[in-house]
Amino acid sequence: MKVLAAMSGGVDSAVAAARAVEAGHDVVGVHLALSRMPGTLRTGSRGCCTIEDSRDAWRACDILGIPYYVWDFSERFKEDVVDDFVAEYAAGRTPNPCMRCNERIKFAALLEKALALGFDAVCTGHYAKVIEDEHGNRELHRAADWAKDQSYVLGVLTHEQLKHSMFPLADTPSKAEVRAEAARRGLSVANKPDSHDICFISDGDTRGWLAERIEMQPGEVVDETGAVVGAHEGANAFTVGQRRGLKLGRPAADGKPRFVLEIRPKENKVVVGPEALLAVDQLRGIKVSWAGLPIPAVQAQAEFDCMVQVRAHGDPVAATARVQLDGGRQQLVVTLVEPMRGVAPGQTLVLYQGTRVLGQATIDSARSLDWDPARVS
Amino acid sequence: MYFDHAATTPLSAQALAALTRELSRCGNPSSLHGSGRRARRVVEDARETLAAAAGAHPSEVVFTSGGTEADNLAVKGLYWSRRDEDPRRRRIICSPVEHHAVLDTVEWLERHEGAEVCWLPVDGDGVVSVQDVRAAIEAGPGSVALVTVMWANNEVGSVQPVADIARLAHAYGIPVHSDAVQAFGALPLSFAGSGLDTMAISGHKIGGPVGVGALLVGRSVKLTPVLHGGGQERDIRSGTLDTPSIAAFAAAAEAAVASLPEESLRLARLREKLIAGVAAAVPEAVLRGTPDPDLAGLRLPGNAHFTFPGCEGDSLLFLLDLAGVESSTGSACTAGVPRPSHVLLAMGLTEEQARGAQRFSLGHTSTDSDVEALVAALPEAYARARKAGMAGHESTIRTAGTQDL
Repeated sequence: MKVLAAMSGGVDSAVAAARAVEAGHDVVGVHLALSRMPGTLRTGSRGCCTIEDSRDAWRACDILGIPYYVWDFSERFKEDVVDDFVAEYAAGRTPNPCMRCNERIKFAALLEKALALGFDAVCTGHYAKVIEDEHGNRELHRAADWAKDQSYVLGVLTHEQLKHSMFPLADTPSKAEVRAEAARRGLSVANKPDSHDICFISDGDTRGWLAERIEMQPGEVVDETGAVVGAHEGANAFTVGQRRGLKLGRPAADGKPRFVLEIRPKENKVVVGPEALLAVDQLRGIKVSWAGLPIPAVQAQAEFDCMVQVRAHGDPVAATARVQLDGGRQQLVVTLVEPMRGVAPGQTLVLYQGTRVLGQATIDSARSLDWDPARVS
Repeated sequence: MYFDHAATTPLSAQALAALTRELSRCGNPSSLHGSGRRARRVVEDARETLAAAAGAHPSEVVFTSGGTEADNLAVKGLYWSRRDEDPRRRRIICSPVEHHAVLDTVEWLERHEGAEVCWLPVDGDGVVSVQDVRAAIEAGPGSVALVTVMWANNEVGSVQPVADIARLAHAYGIPVHSDAVQAFGALPLSFAGSGLDTMAISGHKIGGPVGVGALLVGRSVKLTPVLHGGGQERDIRSGTLDTPSIAAFAAAAEAAVASLPEESLRLARLREKLIAGVAAAVPEAVLRGTPDPDLAGLRLPGNAHFTFPGCEGDSLLFLLDLAGVESSTGSACTAGVPRPSHVLLAMGLTEEQARGAQRFSLGHTSTDSDVEALVAALPEAYARARKAGMAGHESTIRTAGTQDL
């Protein structure tokens, strides 16, 4: 096969490309230029698109003996990922830009260009596994190493996208193994630190970065009954579950700490309340997609048992899910067996059965069955 | 098939012989003993050879590490020395199609040294007009530090009227620098005849080694040095002289200039064949830069530059590379984001047009069959590159966020 290896400059994508070469594929390395202003040389915890990353990717390709190119997706990245990230926050939601990048850049804009140029697949260093059934249909599964598993951020891939995806690190027992393999292969990125932060926020200060881009309007802080309990400088500066920095004038009736339950950008209100109300039982998801073909229960709009995960490294929890049609569009209603804390609209919920990723949706509302948000007016 | 001679061209046989001969010898040309004298002899022979090839006096040759250093030395050196003589001289009149070695130097002087840049307009072929230079000077002749206009453009091959510009500027006592890195060895050229004050040339564009170049500096021209040290090269450019590279550079220059009349004609004919072939294979392709069908020297003999509508230059480059054809998008792309060429934008192209750029540059190893192979590979590569479209266009792949469920 003709394979395009997306090379971030990190160790995972370098080893993934090496394995694709070793498997006998015709591999070309491509580094995605995502930033309009490639930063200066940086070390330590890093993002994408620094000159150093590009050079590291280039060096890895040299060692593998494959061609190397830089492709410019900075315009698309800005529109589809960065602007979307800001808009979502401005709307009081908590988006995952890495998922958005996988959905719209790596496995859409990049994949499309690759297919047009004659490639058969895009290969990345994600820890996830693609399995093909006897009919050639593709399923997405967790990687062998659950600690590194990245199937969550790939949960957004559709069947069409999975058909052209290749994840050679699927069965790797651990990251240490990948580093050792990189060292064995003479890849200089073997000991390069992992990236953790959002790549386009170079200093890791997401709050400060957002504050420069979203206009903050002072407003009210209300409690779960709707009573005004304080003031804020801008609703967008808060996240669901936050406890610190609320600066509430008066203590709660029970004297216990209060937490952000909800952000209402339209009314510019922040709703706070006791910890117990942070726990949610029911999630409603929009922008639903299925990783491969939907399971029969989905097609039948029947309720099915599954595990649901709401953040990249969160634990999956048991749930039942059901598809509802709303004006021809799918919505997902997920009822949790045990209530869960720290869920905010905008986050992505990914459904699993065993190791298999069923699909995903963007959380539109997350609520406790004990508390009716309509009471806050 | 190598179509990137403007980036670098294979070492000539004469240069290789000189290089290998000198590499095994020891001696610092500044030393006073026998080894030093021998090395000095080689450097001074090379200086004379190079001066003869460039139409200059030997004392006007200042060896540098390459074209970039020569441009930096000329632009910064002229600016500083002219400003120090008269603090009102802060204007740099500059063409917008200069190589980055000049462009970025000028912009650096603007940011850090109080320079004021006066960008000249260019026509659709990227050529500066003498009238515009006159207008720029007459806006305040006493405030001009220098004029800098390249001899021939590295991307689109257009030749500039540098001798006319030098004559004009000299009437006002203003020095003129020209980056002749692409022109030297390709076009008949004389430093003395041009009237220029400084002129940059490079070794590896003419069959010499990489890492050596020269700035030709008129004998009465005052330059403030950029590199300070042992006082070599008229105290203008310090640093131990690289005897092997200098010898090889001079050997390459001598060979290139000796064969220039026949070779430039051969390349210009081959270029016209390439241009005709591309026009037949991909009628949508647009030739950029000054056309020169009569081989009148209006364009670099080895340069053919096109924009291909509806595709990214780097997609085309990639597909041609797969087909064994090595070309260039023509503009600099350092590790980061490939940007549309500043040269094409200055010529009035849109960003989208500029992104479809592809430069094919010929040199001493180029043959008819190379051109035929390129013309044969082009239609399929172009069709595919077009299909891959332009970066920035929305993907047609349906995703979770875009599909209509």
